[in-house]
Amino acid sequence: MSLKAEAGPYFGDFGGRFVPESLVAALDELTNEYALARSDPAFAAELMELHRTYTGRPSIITEVPRFAAHAGGARVILKREDLNHTGSHKINNVLGQALLTKRIGKTRVIAETGAGQHGVATATAAALFGLDCVVYMGEVDTERQALNVARMRLLGAEVVPVTTGSRTLKDAINDAMRDWVTNVENTNYIFGTVAGPHPFPAMVRDFQKIIGEEARQQVLDLTGRLPDAVTACVGGGSNAMGIFHAFLDDADVALYGYEAGGDGAETLRHAATITKGRPGILHGARSFLLQDEDGQTVESHSISAGLDYPGVGPEHSWLASIGRATYLPITDAEAMNALRLLSRTEGIIPAIESAHALAGTLDLGKRLGPDSTILVNLSGRGDKDMETAGRYFDLLDKGAAQL
Amino acid sequence: MTTTTSTVESTIASRRQQGGGALIGYLPVGFPTLSESIDAAVALVAGGVDILELGLPYSDPVMDGPVIQAATQQALANGFRLRHGIEAVAAITAQVDAPVLVMTYWNPIVQYGVDRFADDLHSAGGAGLITPDLIPDDAAAWFAASDRTGLDRVFLAAPSSSDARLAQAVQASRGFVYAVSTMGITGARSDVDSAARVLIDRLRAVGSTSACVGLGISTPSQVREILGYADGAIVGSALVKALAEGGLPLLAVLARDLAAGARDIRPAV
Repeated sequence: MSLKAEAGPYFGDFGGRFVPESLVAALDELTNEYALARSDPAFAAELMELHRTYTGRPSIITEVPRFAAHAGGARVILKREDLNHTGSHKINNVLGQALLTKRIGKTRVIAETGAGQHGVATATAAALFGLDCVVYMGEVDTERQALNVARMRLLGAEVVPVTTGSRTLKDAINDAMRDWVTNVENTNYIFGTVAGPHPFPAMVRDFQKIIGEEARQQVLDLTGRLPDAVTACVGGGSNAMGIFHAFLDDADVALYGYEAGGDGAETLRHAATITKGRPGILHGARSFLLQDEDGQTVESHSISAGLDYPGVGPEHSWLASIGRATYLPITDAEAMNALRLLSRTEGIIPAIESAHALAGTLDLGKRLGPDSTILVNLSGRGDKDMETAGRYFDLLDKGAAQL
Repeated sequence: MTTTTSTVESTIASRRQQGGGALIGYLPVGFPTLSESIDAAVALVAGGVDILELGLPYSDPVMDGPVIQAATQQALANGFRLRHGIEAVAAITAQVDAPVLVMTYWNPIVQYGVDRFADDLHSAGGAGLITPDLIPDDAAAWFAASDRTGLDRVFLAAPSSSDARLAQAVQASRGFVYAVSTMGITGARSDVDSAARVLIDRLRAVGSTSACVGLGISTPSQVREILGYADGAIVGSALVKALAEGGLPLLAVLARDLAAGARDIRPAV
């Protein structure tokens, strides 16, 4: 059977709907409305028109030979999701779900955000469609991504710093779910990644799979054949599912997901969920999970707020379990070195999240050799990370730091 | 509902026949400490609570409001382990006859092992589980374990649930169906939603004979109002707040007041 045909609620043993009964009606409504929208040519046409005139799709591909010289001489091609409006792949999904919100007739949207990219994208779509918008963001993340908080507020969204638990993405999701349980009558939850209860993993994947569909054809046009490998970073996993999906049934194309290894996957400070976790239930789905013996969620750590999540989408857990995709950890240091390398060799500053995919590609290229071609999802741009990078590389002089 | 010897169900039915309804009291295990939480549960029963609902602290409690979140986070910080939940049930059932249900999010049970947890809970004298984030659709393992051990399984019903889902919740539950009074999370509210009365009527229409209302109930008059139409009233955050602010003495006073609200509502049968 085609791997691409999987549509939930379960992907193998992973997925499901482990949610309070109060949310089931809303999830059913979303599932039904999405099914109708999917088969409605007018919905697809409206979304494609938005992508063409607002997002800036199709995004280009860029071959990066000076960077590739450090990757064993393999041919390296970047899919430039960093050039999308709002600076990352997140807008692909948000516009789809915002259109769906309009279709359902709800007037308020909520979202969780880690790095702020999904929050910014949601605030942007809310402004575009005239929807009320509340974004939940862990207090730790509001501090390390202060610029994105300002962007969301400028766009008219209310940003709620979440002070419970580890005060990061997982707690932001908890508070967004509590809001949704309470306000489900007028509120749609625009979920940012391929995790959560059904239908989110399949629906978000469907809104993101345009990345791989475009890139597959673009690489064919450029090189005359499919790439040997496709790489992406994996937090919840939406950009990775987005670029993997078109290639799932191309058995000769290897798929690599790079998780946040933090201080090292062998330490206690990482977010390498598939590498180090085991199956469990969090945020409505059964998937790999960082947890203790009792099933209490363990706090994750990554220099990249967007990958700092102890869970992962169920479709990734399934792809890992059947061996279709390979998931490997990349440390903070490896990611930051790759970020600097791409900046200096190609003049492209990637998001720290995407730099994990670049770091993995450097190693993969050496293994696959100079005859190979690797397609990398450059999921976001690094503007939001300048403060983190400035501190990491000691680039800020005293005058600049005091600005 | 399946034929059963559920003590939870018979306790509720007996309170109804006496002209009132059942008072169900929630407290988290391990708050403020394990031994104090055991004493607090025993004090609830002494004060007149008919059925205990013991919450197992969990890192990501999406159905809980700030009062219960704060208490369960403290319990986790103090080193709560799942086995403490079983130990607490055993210690409480050794001292009181009131049935003890455990309220738990699902992942801890999955990690402990559904069958192993069911066996250990049964051995400790526990009556069953209330599962706020497990719906009957995804509960096959729990159906098997609860049928094998005879444990009660309490599923939730919400104002937003379709009639078909309410019928499913009634069919799937043993002990009672937990009717969520309002769309929201745990925490005291000044008015209990009129949605609760409508929900109970809808549950009756699909055959429920044991339906209890929870979420937002904190006063004796709210208990009395709810037991005018429901079989039981569930109080949680108000008890946790009393325990946090006034220890066992304040908890005992509140339990007595709430229990008074649950009695003599109509003539005994």
